[in-house]
Amino acid sequence: MKKDSFRTKSTTEEGALEDLLRNHGVSRRRFMTFCASMATMMALPPAMIPRIAKALEQARRPSVIWLSFQECTGCTESLTRAHTSTLESLIFDAISLDYHHTLQAASGHAAEEAREIAMEENYGEYLLVVDGSIPMGNPGYSTIAGISNHDMLVDAAKGAAAIIAVGTCSTYGGIPHASPNPTGAVSVSDIIKDKPIVNVPGCPPIPVVITGVLAHYLTFGTLPELDHIGRPAAFYGNSIHDRCYRRPFYDKGKFAETFDDEGARKGWCLFKLGCKGPTTYNACATTKWNDGTSFPIEAGHPCLGCSEPDFWDGGGFYRALSMPTENIAKTAAYTATGAAVAGIALGALNRAKKKSSHKAHIKITIDDLER
Amino acid sequence: MTEIELLSWARGPGLQIATVIFVAGIVIRFFEILMLGRKTNLAEAKGSEMSGGLKTMFTRTVPDRATYKRSAFTITAGYLFHFGLFITFFFYAPHILLIKDIIGIGWPSLPTPLVDATAVITIISLLAVLANRLNNKVMRYLTNFEDLLTWFLTLAPLVTGYIAFHRIGFTAPTLLAVHILSVELLMIVFPFTKLMHAFTLFLARWYNGAVSGYKGVAS
Repeated sequence: MKKDSFRTKSTTEEGALEDLLRNHGVSRRRFMTFCASMATMMALPPAMIPRIAKALEQARRPSVIWLSFQECTGCTESLTRAHTSTLESLIFDAISLDYHHTLQAASGHAAEEAREIAMEENYGEYLLVVDGSIPMGNPGYSTIAGISNHDMLVDAAKGAAAIIAVGTCSTYGGIPHASPNPTGAVSVSDIIKDKPIVNVPGCPPIPVVITGVLAHYLTFGTLPELDHIGRPAAFYGNSIHDRCYRRPFYDKGKFAETFDDEGARKGWCLFKLGCKGPTTYNACATTKWNDGTSFPIEAGHPCLGCSEPDFWDGGGFYRALSMPTENIAKTAAYTATGAAVAGIALGALNRAKKKSSHKAHIKITIDDLER
Repeated sequence: MTEIELLSWARGPGLQIATVIFVAGIVIRFFEILMLGRKTNLAEAKGSEMSGGLKTMFTRTVPDRATYKRSAFTITAGYLFHFGLFITFFFYAPHILLIKDIIGIGWPSLPTPLVDATAVITIISLLAVLANRLNNKVMRYLTNFEDLLTWFLTLAPLVTGYIAFHRIGFTAPTLLAVHILSVELLMIVFPFTKLMHAFTLFLARWYNGAVSGYKGVAS
């Protein structure tokens, strides 16, 4: 990817983040702390902190169009409903969010017009954020202003500099994609093949992860380094298991067997209760949720694996990873019964063969041999 | 197919297919062996078939001194990897969960580092027995494809399991899927190769003991 291929230029309206932050009563020190944590999260050297700060201060508010398809609004809730007015939410002031169903005041034709104008004015420059999956079974399953999700995505993607797929539905199909997938739900990357796409999965994704991707874009003008399924490697580089504070208990073989036993009370490993931490790559165990308060495992619940494709069909949230997803006991019992019948039949066949060969045996005497 | 899909397949349909072949193969072979019958011995019995058979089922677990002296290495390494396989398979917590889920019975697990160390010893023992086999002219001459295949399929789950536990090289879902698939391969080949000895061993020992018991001699 060319380094400056997505460099933003002055788009919708002027206004630096620095002023906005000051207006929101955020001190310089807090802002720098935020930049430092961003740098840490994105695995950048400390020398990059001033660069991030400068870039964010001078950010020229790139136009962002946010499309919501088959989704539950949980992703938007996650990103905007921080319990206090955080720096993470303030970074949204550094972008020009020109279209977002849930957040915009306009509705109907006015809303759609805003999207069309933003697309036209910033053609080739705007960021397209998508949450929710796209139904391919019937275009009527999900429409906005009479336009099918598929058509709106294809149309909006044409002029986008890059696409950020937010949430597991838009990144991998998510819950709508779960078996039997009644709407034929697919991800953004299943449809759009010619644009850079960043996948920010999670159900919902961690707010700071989407902020991190935006901060990276605002700082460097490029998208961050991605892993093999399109996720920013800086945030999805480690598994929950490897960063879990309960990991020592796994290593020692100390497990909670139920949700209210001694092990559960002592905070032992939740592997036996179905924790998908070992196969899930996300930043929950390090960044945590609700302003760094906690994350599901810390609250005593196993990881569901929500940032991985098909997490809904993983054989059950409360079944340990080493347990089969099908009823193997039943399979074995039916097979054993059938095989016993087959075995008896084959055994009888062998006996018959033995008997007939025994009968066909011609006795040879010494006289016969001497002849 | 994504890696999570591969893992789900290995944990579900893949395991089902392997189970069908594994169980059907074992059950059919047992019926075939048992229904083949034995020739009536017309000689007068000098002792009990049953007591001789039962005794031998256990006494053969310990090698006799002369045999041990002749092939101490093979026996020691053989014991090591058999015990190692037993411990890694039956005493690692995630494995016990799998067994409990299928047969309904579970037991306490061993600490993970202990199982980890056992796996390493088992892998080394398996490598040693192969090296010994290939270094010995006679043994090398007697080695056929099946010997190498069963050796490989026994080693594979240990190595893939070790790699999956320590997460070396690939992402966890892929490593776990490969580990499960390697076990499924072992299950599929199991009834049709010498690996079947895990089930026929006591039958064969009983038979040997019974023959001697009938004759009234030590087996």
